[in-house]
Amino acid sequence: MEKKYVPKEKKDTRSGFGAGLHELGKSNPNVVALCADLTGSLKMDAFQKDFPERFYQVGIAEANMIGVAAGLTIGGKIPFTGTFANFSTGRVYDQIRQSVAYSDKNVKICASHAGLTLGEDGATHQILEDIGLMKMLPGMTVINPCDYNQTKAATLAIAEHHGPVYLRFGRPSVPNFTPADQKFEIGKGIVLEQGTDVSIFCTGHLVWKALEAWEILKEKGISAEIINIHTIKPLDTACVLSSVRKTKCAVSAEEHNRLGGLGESIAGTLTAEFPAPLEMVAVNDSFGESGTPDELMTKYGLDTRNIVEAAMKAVSRKG
Amino acid sequence: MFSTPKPVGGQRRTFATNQNPEGGIQRENAAGKYNIIPKMAQIQDLEKLASQVRRDILRMVHAVNSGHPGGSLGCTDYFVALYGEIMKHNPSAWNMDGKSEDLFFLSNGHISPVYYSVLARNGYFPVSELSTFRKLNTRLQGHPTTHDQLPGVRIASGSLGQGMSVAIGAALAKKLNGDDCTVFTLHGDGEIQEGQIWEAAMYAAANKVDNLICTIDVNGQQIDGPTDKVLPMGDLKAKFTAFGWEVLNIENGNDMNQVVSGLKNALTHTRKGKPVVILMKTEMGAGVDFMMGTHKWHGVAPNDEQLAKALAQLPETVGDY
Repeated sequence: MEKKYVPKEKKDTRSGFGAGLHELGKSNPNVVALCADLTGSLKMDAFQKDFPERFYQVGIAEANMIGVAAGLTIGGKIPFTGTFANFSTGRVYDQIRQSVAYSDKNVKICASHAGLTLGEDGATHQILEDIGLMKMLPGMTVINPCDYNQTKAATLAIAEHHGPVYLRFGRPSVPNFTPADQKFEIGKGIVLEQGTDVSIFCTGHLVWKALEAWEILKEKGISAEIINIHTIKPLDTACVLSSVRKTKCAVSAEEHNRLGGLGESIAGTLTAEFPAPLEMVAVNDSFGESGTPDELMTKYGLDTRNIVEAAMKAVSRKG
Repeated sequence: MFSTPKPVGGQRRTFATNQNPEGGIQRENAAGKYNIIPKMAQIQDLEKLASQVRRDILRMVHAVNSGHPGGSLGCTDYFVALYGEIMKHNPSAWNMDGKSEDLFFLSNGHISPVYYSVLARNGYFPVSELSTFRKLNTRLQGHPTTHDQLPGVRIASGSLGQGMSVAIGAALAKKLNGDDCTVFTLHGDGEIQEGQIWEAAMYAAANKVDNLICTIDVNGQQIDGPTDKVLPMGDLKAKFTAFGWEVLNIENGNDMNQVVSGLKNALTHTRKGKPVVILMKTEMGAGVDFMMGTHKWHGVAPNDEQLAKALAQLPETVGDY
């Protein structure tokens, strides 16, 4: 069987952000960047080196960083803040809520080390609630790209979008398979494989695993449609519905708590418009722990085989 | 009537003397009809406006039986001086970015009545709109918001402690834009119990954000009682000095002369490598004898009888809304 997606390399999504930010530094003089003492981890060093007058090191003071970013928009700047996902959301929720979202400020909150795959640091740093926190804020756009190329493209795209954005990415190296020249369209799901038996809606690091699941399902005689939902809010409901109207059942797959994540957004759409069986591959309302990324993804049920099992169960539940 | 922003690096605005003895004239433009106070330097004219603003505050909170009159009354002289005499601003050409204008951020958003009154009395929106304060569908929300595009408001505030960070960002944007204007903030003294204030204070000094003048309304009161009983904050001057700020004082923030000269003095300390903070002592409830000297009127509106008693102490100088 000829493979449609053959990654030439494995790269971390955070480096895609760093590359995109550096490119924005060259192309858009209004782009400024702020970091709370994690410049290396966020891959913001290239921007810092080449555009020092537009880079603000705020120290370990995330609340102040969000407020300063909100203020920088007054005067036409487009601030990109960088820290880990936990400190980008939960720690500064009220600052984002009032000074950014409610005030409709054009701040791009860029968050690395999301989910379990930051690994050994453990649950204090492995936020699994950030998508939920951010998607509940009116006016907030929530984006979770799947690989290096897509993260870079998303970084460029959000600079052109007016309004607050939460951009979520991660630490581990993962297959880089999306085309480097693929334009990132906020709010548009991408059909990676067409299928007729089950729709698999995946986001972030789970997209590659869903493609692996597609192959296994094909061998089992199940035709799965794989859709990369890189934008969790606004959700591409037209894409979700047109696929499920065809397949009559769905799976969601994400590196996030099942409460508040992509699966819940899809469930809401299906319940309202086209009720159909939905199986969620997500962390089952728990905190993470220390371990290697692979060990954690296995222990918490976020592996390729979990997607396969969920798809088979969804298919079996079809009336 | 309105100032036109001067080129970067120009002299600060001076105001023409308006001969109208009543201290107010009416003006109409696309935004509607409202009272405009002459932009004149005379202290007595500012004091007249302050009396009117205090009437507005009391009538606004009384009409909806909610809101925060105490701190609003205490900061009235500051707001009137800032918008009437100190800031370079352009209400008729309001826009969010405010390039080539001085900017103001209210961090303790609960004193919105005085903010709204002074914005309206300076021509940002019709004075008649003050009657919509806190009512359904109003642009004059209980706490200020940009959500409804109310001219003059550049950030939502209400959840305390966030305004200094926002002002720092705006001040940094001015530096990047080569915009030689100043950013002002106001904070409650209770508000600075919030940790974010001290994150911001540390950042501003370390990064020489010296186009920033923050004023702390030191009235010694917060909702639960005197600040010295709720959470004593010690020596604020020593704290800000230790954080690397230029610390100035206004001994009586309810004396218009002192407020104007204190703010003008603060401007002379900007652009010298340090952020500037003014510790401004005020009396919560200033201007109404029975509201002073207590935290009781922090967030309580007067009843009909109390309103009448209060208004009797405050001459209607420019015309009620």
